[in-house]
Amino acid sequence: MRNITTIFKRELGSYFATPVAYVFIVIFLIMSGAMTFYLGSLYERGQADLSPFFQYHPWLYLFLVPAIAMRLWAEERKSGSIELLMTLPISVGESVIGKYLAAWVFIGISLVLTFPIWITINYLGNPDNGVILAAYLGSFLMAGGFLAIGSCISAMTKNQVIAFIITVVICFLFLLAGSPLVLNFFKVWMPQNIVDAISSLSFLTHYASLAKGVIDLRDVIYFVSLIGFWLYANTIIVEMKKAD
Amino acid sequence: MIKIKNLSKKFGHLTAVEDVSFEVKPGEVLGFLGPNGAGKSTTMKMITGFLSPTTGSVEVCGFDVSEKPIEAKKRIGYLPEGAPSYGEMTPIQYLEFIGQIRQLSGQNKIDRNKEVIQKLHLDKVLNQSIDTLSKGFKRRVGLAQAILHDPEVLILDEPTDGLDPNQKFEVRELINSIAPDKVIIISTHILSEVDAICSRAIIIADGKVLADDTPEGLRSKSSSDKMDDIFREITSGHIS
Repeated sequence: MRNITTIFKRELGSYFATPVAYVFIVIFLIMSGAMTFYLGSLYERGQADLSPFFQYHPWLYLFLVPAIAMRLWAEERKSGSIELLMTLPISVGESVIGKYLAAWVFIGISLVLTFPIWITINYLGNPDNGVILAAYLGSFLMAGGFLAIGSCISAMTKNQVIAFIITVVICFLFLLAGSPLVLNFFKVWMPQNIVDAISSLSFLTHYASLAKGVIDLRDVIYFVSLIGFWLYANTIIVEMKKAD
Repeated sequence: MIKIKNLSKKFGHLTAVEDVSFEVKPGEVLGFLGPNGAGKSTTMKMITGFLSPTTGSVEVCGFDVSEKPIEAKKRIGYLPEGAPSYGEMTPIQYLEFIGQIRQLSGQNKIDRNKEVIQKLHLDKVLNQSIDTLSKGFKRRVGLAQAILHDPEVLILDEPTDGLDPNQKFEVRELINSIAPDKVIIISTHILSEVDAICSRAIIIADGKVLADDTPEGLRSKSSSDKMDDIFREITSGHIS
């Protein structure tokens, strides 16, 4: 635990030691604002809730989370600092979790900084703040899912661009796993129960109720086990590929 | 104390290290010599637990590196080839980070920080990001990191590479000053360095140990009494 904290602090500090943090936060805030007001028509709807804000988060994360995740391990391998990290008296799992949590908390900070939109909606009307809080938690949980996939992919390559592109593609497939685009492809040659299983992996389906502020235990378990699975794979890949 | 038994490492069909065995006792400074690609770095990476051996075993202070990696790593200070570090950090932040991982605390931590900063002359660059430092300073930051926790075993992969003659001299002095009760393994291309700091030298080429002797012993084998000649005779004799 102590080692995880040490790695976590170093990682989180490194975001703010470079322009990465500031560029990311600014782009995140501009994009989420633009999507809420232009695509989501927050004002025109005439309703005091934040669903136009939360409904675009999957698409926002699709590109922004891989941008944060791509450097997690690829950079470490490229610069050779992985040799230092892996010869310190800590386990691979501790490094994976420490680095992951730092990136997740960083995304969380970006998410918290969208609070002016919450203030706006409270000024304009009387929204259900419990629903908004639940939706924030749901959104944060989904970001964690994207990030775990990205962290694992980042460990597979030294090249951050490759890590980014592959992560976007995999996240895209997970997002749309419940849509005809993905399902029709499998329907032709897979039995129905496997197609149903693939459909149940969809981020969008699991996020849909979370975004409405309904915290269903099944959705939470889905995202938590998804994160666990990808981080476990991440640990194995780091172990295998660290010296390549 | 390091015990290496029948250590081999294969990368696919390529054999990087083949059946290497040796022991190093406290107080010994072992120079690891050999042409580029001889297997020096690979052997060091196996000692420090970064690479796992294909066959054979490494024991550091009684702990098998494959079976008890954390215990072994606690007792090792390691400067990897090229002295990698986290470029966006400043040396003081970096030492703070390493100190936390090495579980230094309280007065001991303050004293150790002070000592390595003074020994490696880092005081002027403490608050400058490592990325912006010269090659010599980067190397010294890497060395500071390796000796911070006063380890029983010190593995240094080309510690004086990229340093100017004065800095080289200082690093050699530093190694000499901490040598008496430690196990130290140094890889180097610079043969005069072996005479200056090593109590023993191993010459390795194509992954095999070709000679294992004191610098004087090695020199006595050569007709010309020069380290360069003996190195060339041993390593090229093997290749042809």
